[in-house]
Amino acid sequence: MTTTTTLELTGLTALPAQTWGAIRLVPLVRDEPIADLRLDARLYGDDLAAVALDRRTAYYAYIPHGFVATWTADGTPAAAYGTRLRQGDERRAGPPPCVSLRFHRRMARRVDRDRLRFLPLHLALEGYLALHFGGPAVVWEEWSHRAVSTGLSPRVEQAYTGAEVAGLGDALRVFEIHPGQCGVLLYAADALAAAFVVPHPDDYRALHPSLLHDLYGELVYHYATLYGPVPDFRARIADGAVYSLAGLRAEAARQRAEWADFHTTALAGGLLDTAYEVQRVRRMGPFALSRFLPPFHRRAEQHIGETITHEDGRLAYLKTFRLSEAQTRRGHLLTLLAAHDWHFGATADALGVSRDQLASRVEHAGFGALLRQDIRDHYRAAARALSQ
Amino acid sequence: METPADLVAAEDVLLFVNAAITSTGQREFHSDAGEQRMSLDFLHSYMLGNYRDLYAATLALNINDHNAALIVRRLLESAKEATPEQRRTEGRLIARRLAALPPPRVYRLFRGLRRAGVNNRRTRAIVRDWLAARPDPAFDAVKYRGAVKSAVRHAHLRLDGDLGPFLFEPVGRRSEGFGSPLLEAWRRAHYEQSAVYDLPYTVAEGFAAKHGIDREVFLERIAPRLTRLERLRLQGAARAAGADSVRADPATMPLTRLATYVLSLPLDERAARRVELTAALRAAARRAAGTRAGTWGRVAAVLDDSFSSFGSTRKRRRPLAVALGCHFLLEALAEEFIPLWLSGGRDPLTRYPYGPTPLGERILDALEHRPDRLLIVSDGWDNAPPGLAGEVLRVWRARLDPGHRTAVAHLNPVYDAEGFDVRRLAPGVPTAGVRDAEDLPTLVEFARFAEGRTGLAELRAHLDARVRHFLDRP
Repeated sequence: MTTTTTLELTGLTALPAQTWGAIRLVPLVRDEPIADLRLDARLYGDDLAAVALDRRTAYYAYIPHGFVATWTADGTPAAAYGTRLRQGDERRAGPPPCVSLRFHRRMARRVDRDRLRFLPLHLALEGYLALHFGGPAVVWEEWSHRAVSTGLSPRVEQAYTGAEVAGLGDALRVFEIHPGQCGVLLYAADALAAAFVVPHPDDYRALHPSLLHDLYGELVYHYATLYGPVPDFRARIADGAVYSLAGLRAEAARQRAEWADFHTTALAGGLLDTAYEVQRVRRMGPFALSRFLPPFHRRAEQHIGETITHEDGRLAYLKTFRLSEAQTRRGHLLTLLAAHDWHFGATADALGVSRDQLASRVEHAGFGALLRQDIRDHYRAAARALSQ
Repeated sequence: METPADLVAAEDVLLFVNAAITSTGQREFHSDAGEQRMSLDFLHSYMLGNYRDLYAATLALNINDHNAALIVRRLLESAKEATPEQRRTEGRLIARRLAALPPPRVYRLFRGLRRAGVNNRRTRAIVRDWLAARPDPAFDAVKYRGAVKSAVRHAHLRLDGDLGPFLFEPVGRRSEGFGSPLLEAWRRAHYEQSAVYDLPYTVAEGFAAKHGIDREVFLERIAPRLTRLERLRLQGAARAAGADSVRADPATMPLTRLATYVLSLPLDERAARRVELTAALRAAARRAAGTRAGTWGRVAAVLDDSFSSFGSTRKRRRPLAVALGCHFLLEALAEEFIPLWLSGGRDPLTRYPYGPTPLGERILDALEHRPDRLLIVSDGWDNAPPGLAGEVLRVWRARLDPGHRTAVAHLNPVYDAEGFDVRRLAPGVPTAGVRDAEDLPTLVEFARFAEGRTGLAELRAHLDARVRHFLDRP
């Protein structure tokens, strides 16, 4: 089931940011925690993991941890999984530590009647990788035999773990978690890098360090490495209007409100103002686990991610991954090709470029193998002739 | 007439004093040990190079032992550059300060001097005088054997009595006993278990391991010889081992150490021993307040128990302990006391480091009580929102209290390695570094220099007075 909608941080308030070097962390606080859905981290370690998606497709990635969502059907509070005694057979079911290749069955898998295991971010990333995975739907003459028979297999993307992002570890260590905090927006050099929301403050405290194990795009990695410290948004009170302590307090409160407003409109605008294509993966009682894809607009912030939302519209869980410019371009190209039934001429016309230029674009995006060799050579020769 | 150079000098000295009070070259919440040491090293070199006499004079202030040892070492290393007059004052300051330092730190300093090859006549005289003034040379020789040996060698000292043979002859070669009972106990402890219990704890522990004495038995029997600190450190482990006679008495501990101890207990135990611990804290605070008790009028305090008050694994909960100590000391000093913890909690005994630092709002709460004095104990990282505390204080001073009816001071227990000073909240608010809550009254007095309204002349006068007091004290 696929629909188009925007993201909303319903029930969450942004509080003043805390900065450390190039990293800015904006806490999101819930007035009322969601008690009937709880998340729990499950660590998988450093091994390469393979996820069997269906009988013929597999997804390989470095997956350091998975989340287990526990919910109750009648809305009564559920205890966090980590605080419950584990049953004997469940502990045994955990994978042995010395296996170097780990197999997961499906991205989201029901491990119990009221419990779902899913691999955070990989759910979204797999959605992005599987974008028009099948390759050309109509056999136009430009496409190679391989493109027609195997499609885009394998499609590979690279990401960095949080431990590699400069300063992120320190930023997470010195960050002071607010009471009632259920989420965080992470900026690197003031580019929104990731959003992370969980249902309950206790879950957040437990999962806060997991941000270090997560995946981040190359843009985030480079920004964090190359940029100096970001400035604090320091409070400023115009003293002309203050005549009493109450007035001073009102001014201080206004600073807070202005920050929240500024943050959701200006800083996080790139994430929240985009229309996403949302695909529901699974229903869990009153909750729904979905993943979303951006419209792949170039030269704009583009995030992929996944959400768990309650029937009443509250956002229980959110995790996003910022695509780099190259990744956005690839997504853009694939969507455009698919929109024109993979017809080369029509796509080139839609883009307003010549067929030669489109061919070089396809090649630069890393999809050159999809084109027939003689056609590629032809376009290359044409491009050379043009440049001389 | 104050020249700009004078103002700069005054600022530099204040900067250095704040650093010398707060930094111990150990890891802090926001910076690691390397950064702390580098930053501190720079300050020491800078002070020594530019204001040698002021640098030496800081020995008379309540700076921490780490920095005191560093200053002594640097002064001795650069003795050649001092004038005879400077040398005389420095010598007296150093001797005075060394007498106040814990002996292990002094021995470590002597070893450092030896390793660095600093062996001028003044250094030798200082080592000789310090060793001569030790109350029980035999005890030192047993407890710090290697260190004493190194110091004696370095200063070319002649030892009288048994000490020479004790330190420099192999123990196996000696068949007749020593005259001093402690030295004799040490000799016999090599082959006799009962002699172990006549030795200082740290020495006895080694022999106990050698003889394979059961831990419980050992702790039970060595208990009377434990120092107050050893008792405090050991009591948890001793109880676990089943030795009940190792008990620290909270009633005799100094305020900040007691606060650290209280914060090291689990919350349940703090709640269960509430009456005892509160009484001990109150008593320690009254001792620290002395004759000043009850003279400060209405006092409001904003005390930081945010997550960063955890300090670091090296200085566990130190900033929070200072805040807790200040809580009880201010309670003793004030006629009426309004404590405001950042977390909003009211019970001082069950505070733990958690949450953000909404200093601005809590300062507003405090000002609402119209106190005579407002004290802020915090590491200066204001983050909810950043800078609000400074703005509130600035606007309050400019618009609502231009006549200074409320005196405001900020005490900061954490050295900021990057800024070469403790972090300030606002330019108009005097900030001073604090290490022990007990120093609070003198620091609040000292903080007025940091307001930027007094110059070098006044600061110099203050320092001179402190130096005289320090040297002439019996």
